[in-house]
Amino acid sequence: MLLTVAVFLPAVVAAALVAMPRLTGPTANRLWVGASLAELVLVGWMWWRFDQGSGAGGVTDGLAFEADVRWIPTVDAGYHVGVDGLSLPLLALTAVLFLAVGIWSLRQTDRPRLHAAAFLFLETACLGTFAALDLILFFVFFDLTIVAMYFVIAGWGHGNARRSALKFFLYTFVGSLALLVGFIGLFLGGETRTFDMVALAQDPPLADSPVAGGLVLLAIGIGLAIKTPVFPFHTWLPDAHTDAPAAGSAILAGILLKLGTYGFIRIAMPILPEAWQRWAMVVVVVGVVSVLWGALVALAQTDVKRMIAYTSVNHMGYVLLGLGAAGLAADADPQARSIAITGAVYQMVAHGLLTGALFLLTGVLWSRGRTYALDRWGGLARPAPVFAALFAVSAFGALGLPGFASFIAEFQIFTGALQAAPVATVVAVLGILITAGLFLSAIQRLLAGPTVIPQDDDPTESLQPAPAEQRVPDGGTTTLARPGIAVGMPDLRRSELVAIAPLLVLAVVLGLLPRLLLEVIEPAAVVVAGLVAR
Amino acid sequence: MNGGMSEGSEALRLLPELVLLLGAVGALLLGLWTPQQQQWRVRLLVVIACLVSAGTAVPALGGPAERVFDDAWVIDTTTGVVRLLVALAVAGVALLASSSLAGHPRETEAYVLMLLGGLGAIALAAGGDLLLLVAAYLLASVPLYALAGFTKDPRGTEAALKYYLMGAFVAVFMLLGVACLVLATGTTSYSGVADALPTAPVALTAMGVLGVLAGVAFKAGAVPVHFWLPDVTAGTTPVMAAYLTTIPKIGAVAAAHRLLAEPFATTALDVPLLVAVIAAASMTLGNLGAFNQTEVLRLLAYSSISQVGYLFMVVAVAARSDLAVPALALYLAAYAVTNIGVFAAAAAIPDARTIRDWGAAVKQQRWLGASLVICLLGLVGTPPTAVFVGKLAVFSASWDGGLVWLVVVAAVNTVASLFYYLRWIAAAVQTEPVAVQPEHPHPDGGTLLRVQVLTAPAAVVYIAAVTSLLLGVGSGAWLAVALPG
Repeated sequence: MLLTVAVFLPAVVAAALVAMPRLTGPTANRLWVGASLAELVLVGWMWWRFDQGSGAGGVTDGLAFEADVRWIPTVDAGYHVGVDGLSLPLLALTAVLFLAVGIWSLRQTDRPRLHAAAFLFLETACLGTFAALDLILFFVFFDLTIVAMYFVIAGWGHGNARRSALKFFLYTFVGSLALLVGFIGLFLGGETRTFDMVALAQDPPLADSPVAGGLVLLAIGIGLAIKTPVFPFHTWLPDAHTDAPAAGSAILAGILLKLGTYGFIRIAMPILPEAWQRWAMVVVVVGVVSVLWGALVALAQTDVKRMIAYTSVNHMGYVLLGLGAAGLAADADPQARSIAITGAVYQMVAHGLLTGALFLLTGVLWSRGRTYALDRWGGLARPAPVFAALFAVSAFGALGLPGFASFIAEFQIFTGALQAAPVATVVAVLGILITAGLFLSAIQRLLAGPTVIPQDDDPTESLQPAPAEQRVPDGGTTTLARPGIAVGMPDLRRSELVAIAPLLVLAVVLGLLPRLLLEVIEPAAVVVAGLVAR
Repeated sequence: MNGGMSEGSEALRLLPELVLLLGAVGALLLGLWTPQQQQWRVRLLVVIACLVSAGTAVPALGGPAERVFDDAWVIDTTTGVVRLLVALAVAGVALLASSSLAGHPRETEAYVLMLLGGLGAIALAAGGDLLLLVAAYLLASVPLYALAGFTKDPRGTEAALKYYLMGAFVAVFMLLGVACLVLATGTTSYSGVADALPTAPVALTAMGVLGVLAGVAFKAGAVPVHFWLPDVTAGTTPVMAAYLTTIPKIGAVAAAHRLLAEPFATTALDVPLLVAVIAAASMTLGNLGAFNQTEVLRLLAYSSISQVGYLFMVVAVAARSDLAVPALALYLAAYAVTNIGVFAAAAAIPDARTIRDWGAAVKQQRWLGASLVICLLGLVGTPPTAVFVGKLAVFSASWDGGLVWLVVVAAVNTVASLFYYLRWIAAAVQTEPVAVQPEHPHPDGGTLLRVQVLTAPAAVVYIAAVTSLLLGVGSGAWLAVALPG
């Protein structure tokens, strides 16, 4: 019951916002923050009361705050939700990040009421996906995130927003349909036909038909890989990010990408253990290729937002590496494999916090100068020291410096994976070097040196009627020349600071006191490592 | 056959159909004595008849399958679902028509024809005899020819003529098919055909199967006998188009389902494969046809062709999967609600023929735009709308019936359908003012700012959007009503 309230609270507020057309913008924005705050309290309460009972680790038993209502009896799909060590950290991340984005958007003036409603609806969809313990319920929420994000990008994006939104919708919709086909395969492959994840994980379907199991895993894998995204399904990501509003980008990278990796841990590994073991090496290779590809392509970007977008591909590659290594049961002992899984979940949380902060910081650049081009900014440490400090901290965090959550995560992934896939792990460590280089160079170009701030373009441009409709070639950077805007680099406003700083504080706290999170994740990771080795 | 049952009590089994028939006759008589401006009374009578018919159909849903009148009329889950859906859909279309038909000189006739066409659709679904199937085909066709050309304008007349010629041609083909089956088996009842087909000559059987399937495929608007649909839909009014693409399709798909489940299940020919190919072709060609359409009604026409493809997936596995009947019940209901919703959106702004005009005209009507978005996302199959649950059930049933390739084709087609549905969605939600095309000059010089938005169709769009969501979330409840136990 409590979990259901937590999942649907934002949607209820969103419906109320839509239904009250007279609400002023500031009130709507405050309502969003209030709802997110209440949401955070609810999730915090769940964290406080989280108790699985002795010996239970989640996934197949010991699910807290469970609710199970029949929905479509003929196919045994139900409203089954619950919390365990895999979902709780991500539920908490969702609550934190949406609150941060809500605070960041307090100054939203472009249709603020619908903006807040869209984000709150998106929050329910994200929470629901993490809480779902039924494949169809998972799919419902998974698809709703696509719809909500489409409207966020198309409605409040910039540059080629409409085209990017369409691209995002089409790509991820392809993924979700592949996922649906895979889910139907799981349903029909089981002894007892059900969509219930817990029942399926207890009694894995398709255990003795390797071809069918492999094909179903392929369908599910493609669906989740597009969402994650990993090489070669990542091409929608940079465009969607470049043209999305900063708040949307933060959620897209911070939460929505996790839906894919979470699906791997929650669905693919426990329900298709045999197929996962068989194809684990492929997962490892895809992960390592994503690590390197994401890092190298990010290095070549001239647009700071695209660069960060590509580092997401890199960071999600580490998650895949850990999860793939956890499936190599023959080559590694259970402890190493559970460490790899723990690291993967830890990485999701760390990446969510740090990338969320980074995207919000690029939003600061856009709001000041309407461009993300790296060469149009420079020496920002002098006019905007707080911005510079926060950017440097998040960049160091994102490259995995000790003391940050991402270090704990990557360290665990490498430790867990080294035994099973030594070559892949060593190659993946190279990715850290490249990301370190690119983040350092970004810091250098943006913050150090003589101050460069975008200047007003040629005044004749003010005669052009529609500056917002500039066509940007694929892969290009978006620069909106809006005449008459006073350019300059005022430092962070209070609402921006209040939104971004807590994310970084959390990333540091989780880097220094990892036990807070590990205590929750580890039991579940042990269970998954055991399930996948069946 | 049913020894203990008298003719009178057999007739009572057909109470929902009798109510519709009485409603049609009563409406015709009432219309004769009602002034032209007071014909809302006729509409009221028609809606009440539909609701009563639906109400009387509910108690029969739970019972065991029955065959009355010498096995000619089957009353089972499929029939029950079709009775309920057709009656409610006719009521919905009658409400939809109230804005454009009010005060029309032939208003009563339109409602009567709608009721009779609905009766034909139910007869298609309930028929357990080849001759009854032919009769039902005619009953479901002849009133519709008149409805297609109802406005008597050039486009409407052309549509009606095209529909009639194509319908007559297919009817001949269907009669030929029935004749072949009678020759091959010596009987017309489904159970008799099923018993005799395994030993029947293959060539005759094949001819018969093709002919009969062509008939139901024509009524359903499936490939390859779908050519009438876009022209007729675009030629007639949106209200009539809503009727033509919803009610006969429900009956025809149910009829095809019964054919595959009963008489054609025993033949050595791979009829399910044939139907699967029809399904794949319908969804693919429907989608391809819809890609470049800018006209609202044409786009919807092609969309309805592709939707029939998904429905025929269930038909293909009718005899092979236990999931087929629930899937049919879910998808038919979802399709009826959503399809009427999108056509109602077209009917709400009759002046806007293209997607762009529609999007520009809906600026003042945020809720109408939002409801349409829900309906269109429903047609795509986005959760939690009704068509999503329908698609889920249909995909599961076809996979269960061994047609995995068809599931993959359907999934690919679902993605493809996104392209054109999203175009309309984008037009409906965009905020920038749109300049109107030159062929729609406006006295105020430029933009189509105030366009008449009809209230009754708009209300139908709202109802359809809400019902689509409720039916998706409450699909378990709908199944509990449709298939108790």
